[in-house]
Amino acid sequence: MTRLDTAAELDKHRETILQARSTAPRRITVCGGRSCATQSDGLQTALENALKQSGLAAQAQVVVTGCPGFCEQGPLVVIGPERILYTKVTPTDVPEIVAQTIGQKAVVERLLYQDPQTGKRIVHESDVPFYKEQHRLLLKDNGIIDPTQIEDYIAQGGYKGLARALAMTPESVVQEIKRSGLRGRGGAGFPAGLKWETCRQAQGDVKYLICNADEANPGAFQDRSLVEGNPHSIVEGMIIGAFAIGASEGFVYIRHDYPSTVEIMQQAIQQAGEWGLLGKKILGSGFDFDLHVHLSAGAFVCGEETALIASIEGRVSEPVPRPPFPAEKGLWGKPTNINNAKTWASVPHILSHGADWYAKLGTEKSKGTTVFSLGGKINHAGLVEVPMGVTLRHIIYDIGGGIRGGKKFKAVQPGGPSGGCIPENLLDLPVDYESLTAAGSMMGSGGLIVMDEDTCMVEVARYFTDFNRVESCGKCTACREGVRQMHALLTGITTGQGKAGDIELLEELGQALKDGALCGLGKAAPNPVLTTIRYFRNEYEAHIRDKQCPAKVCYQDAAGKE
Amino acid sequence: MEIELAKVDSIIAKHGTDQRALTSLLLEIQDEFHFLPQAALERIAEKMQVPAIQVYQVARFYKAFSLKPRGKHLISVCAGTACHVQAGATLVEKVGQLLHIVPGETTEDEQFTLETTNCPGSCPLGPVMIVDGTYHSRVTASQVEQIIQQRRAGKEATLHD
Repeated sequence: MTRLDTAAELDKHRETILQARSTAPRRITVCGGRSCATQSDGLQTALENALKQSGLAAQAQVVVTGCPGFCEQGPLVVIGPERILYTKVTPTDVPEIVAQTIGQKAVVERLLYQDPQTGKRIVHESDVPFYKEQHRLLLKDNGIIDPTQIEDYIAQGGYKGLARALAMTPESVVQEIKRSGLRGRGGAGFPAGLKWETCRQAQGDVKYLICNADEANPGAFQDRSLVEGNPHSIVEGMIIGAFAIGASEGFVYIRHDYPSTVEIMQQAIQQAGEWGLLGKKILGSGFDFDLHVHLSAGAFVCGEETALIASIEGRVSEPVPRPPFPAEKGLWGKPTNINNAKTWASVPHILSHGADWYAKLGTEKSKGTTVFSLGGKINHAGLVEVPMGVTLRHIIYDIGGGIRGGKKFKAVQPGGPSGGCIPENLLDLPVDYESLTAAGSMMGSGGLIVMDEDTCMVEVARYFTDFNRVESCGKCTACREGVRQMHALLTGITTGQGKAGDIELLEELGQALKDGALCGLGKAAPNPVLTTIRYFRNEYEAHIRDKQCPAKVCYQDAAGKE
Repeated sequence: MEIELAKVDSIIAKHGTDQRALTSLLLEIQDEFHFLPQAALERIAEKMQVPAIQVYQVARFYKAFSLKPRGKHLISVCAGTACHVQAGATLVEKVGQLLHIVPGETTEDEQFTLETTNCPGSCPLGPVMIVDGTYHSRVTASQVEQIIQQRRAGKEATLHD
């Protein structure tokens, strides 16, 4: 590959790729996402062998993609160009798929998704309610592109946003992001454009960018799926950000225990460099930017910017008080802009389609789309992307297909261990930063766990408090001691040792943490406890007063002996 | 425990002695020895010209690192939220009963180490258990026994739901 030296060369190259594709064989895409891959090993080889044996090798090409999100029905195989969706595919289904669909252009009925409501089998991916009810922007190309091939990203319009940005002034790129209304997708929702502007205006000879793709949040897999499914969307977003802010070096922070994710990102960075999209004189401009992967060794507190910075510097990831904010004094004391992977991946869309187009999506204060990892007691667990402002009910019932096993819904929890549990009477709450915060929860970084009638809310609060207790870095007393005490009280309540006054004490401790903790981990740690007290106080009272667990989860052994 | 310092030195040479390389360096040392031997930490401190406590602090802080030797096989049970609400905790108990260890411990014969992990991101297929890097999805308590037996016999389990 020779490097691209102008935006026109990029366009020309895209045309060449698309032209070659117009006569290319059909694409059979196999989901290589984490959930499917645990079961789909061997599908690619089986398909390739079957094509060869049937003399159909010239008719179709097998491509492994990232996660398109319909995990519950995996392993998924999709056949283009019409995108026929086959679910729960095993290697034994392969000969029939090849003979019927590739050989005869017929559909294998039994492998199609069956709508549980109507009993009807659905042929095309886009007609399945799980996909139809979503609005996909960041996840649009997951399941279509081969993440190891930059050509696939370029064919989908990739790097158009960068070409447009390079034709603008850095200040006007910052203004474009401000105008789009994009807010940080790491959970806190700080306006991205304002953050960029602060960093751009900060004094410093060197500036850095960081992409937080660490995803230490239990119950969330959307950032991982984004990196694995469409790494160049993050790379392009960061290059645009670097140009706008004036940064020369960037880091993508990824969990060390996701080796395949790390490899895909490293490969994307290398390819972008070879194509002249990273490194010196990007797309023939006077702008240079280098990007590296930095391995994280696992610490939930790294969701806090200053803790993440300490981790990249090779120190213990303890947060420090802000201000100064990283935008002024960050990595190695230099101005640094940190955004979540989904924030960075939103940037190319804003630049290629324009801020006004983006700002039409979502609500007045929360623009664009948001991605959730839908999990727990739900029929269609998987990756979901919706415009901001849709209701939780829409996500859980229309997209997620409702509660598994016909059980009764009890609560839904966005925001992981920092989020609050939302009860049934608030299911029509719109999903946006302000509404979720007002309900005592938060948008969070993307986990959305559904709980049914068999879940004990006190036990859930104890579980999250235990998580926060272990993950507290221990630097500030409020968090280190406060979370520990809350955990001790909750453990008491769930083992039959609860006393009158425990609920009030939990509330008091929770408030003290919100007021006194140094960073977001400690400030948000009481959320699961305070919301379960607020919405499910009767469950706490039953444990304390009647020594009973209404969901029959807690102290079952003790009860059995009576 | 005697370790080959030459191996440590070559890993240090690969990553350099700037403090920013410390995490990657420790991860690779752990890949080599399955834990972080004290002698390796001291060697790193010496080469980086930092107090040993500074290296020890990082090794002690992050979840990835183990300062105790680990078994031949590493069993990680997901303790993440999605798995937790789907009874992931019973898997930990089951492994514990079978191997007589609690999370963080290694069996006496040094064959198995049990750990819990916060979330490996396979939530739709929970509860999830990872044995030596192989993911097992929707694991039931009865399958746990089978998976461990197969590992013991030196075979890679190929169990799925």
